[in-house]
Amino acid sequence: MQGPTPEVGQELPPLTWTPGFDVWNRFAAVNDEFVPIHMDDEAGRAAGYPAAFGMGYLQWSWAHNLLREFAGDQGRIDKVQGSFRAPSLKGVEVTAGGRVTEVTHDPTGRVVCELEIWTRAADGSPLLPGTAVVSFPAEG
Amino acid sequence: MSTPVSTLISEAMAGKIGAEVSRRVSFPVSASDIRKWAMAVYYPKHPPRRYWDAEYVDRELGGRWVAPHEFNPFAWMTADPPGFPEVDRLDPDLVEKTLGIAGPGLRFQLNGGLDVEYHGDVVAGDVITAVRVLDGYTERSGRLGQMLFTTNRETWTNQRGEIVQVRRQTGIRY
Repeated sequence: MQGPTPEVGQELPPLTWTPGFDVWNRFAAVNDEFVPIHMDDEAGRAAGYPAAFGMGYLQWSWAHNLLREFAGDQGRIDKVQGSFRAPSLKGVEVTAGGRVTEVTHDPTGRVVCELEIWTRAADGSPLLPGTAVVSFPAEG
Repeated sequence: MSTPVSTLISEAMAGKIGAEVSRRVSFPVSASDIRKWAMAVYYPKHPPRRYWDAEYVDRELGGRWVAPHEFNPFAWMTADPPGFPEVDRLDPDLVEKTLGIAGPGLRFQLNGGLDVEYHGDVVAGDVITAVRVLDGYTERSGRLGQMLFTTNRETWTNQRGEIVQVRRQTGIRY
């Protein structure tokens, strides 16, 4: 692989977003997700939240953006798992982050990294915690 | 965890585990679909060039437009079933109604989580077929009362019959 081999404990550079209707409407347009709770504060309040809130699958996309940055041109995202714990709220910054938890080699010599990943709200509360596997070509 | 006093999982529901819930075929994925998806999920930042710059894709990637991993080729409309979806996707009993049985009639539903194995790329020009199978039900009592967890397994294959993704989605109803 090109560049240094990932190490256990290595933190992925975080990515941040400030969600709101400008972000959600763009995602609704490509994912056919024009649902009242994502478009209308009143509908969000009726569902028990302070206002309209974001789509879970957009959180999922942001976690993948993070993994794509880590994988670069050489790496391959093999598996991603996540639990939708809480929605992102309008104007509350979301951070996508991750950490390498294990580095092994498969029988072909490919470097296999297991990661803990997450998106979190500004107060640190988890929105989408999960795990991922990203692999890289054999070293040398 | 306490044991539910009565079950939400009827015999009819249990009998459908392993049944095919849906089969969808996408329209051919286009470079424009990929570009717009990337613009939306990277907004307000620019997406990487490989998702929007045709000259870059031709020069560096041999003209191969690879979609972001989580790209949804089934949004808005599918080639098969044709036209707009006729089902009410917000109906909590949709899975059971699709299978021709009564659902538990719970009021609320949430997307509990996803677990996706990526086996190959989705590339412009691909036609993706998704076959969804009911994987199982579990239930437990929680803060919101008795909750039903439904897991579906969906396998995506391309027009060459190659598996590109295996997706497990857990829905929560209460």
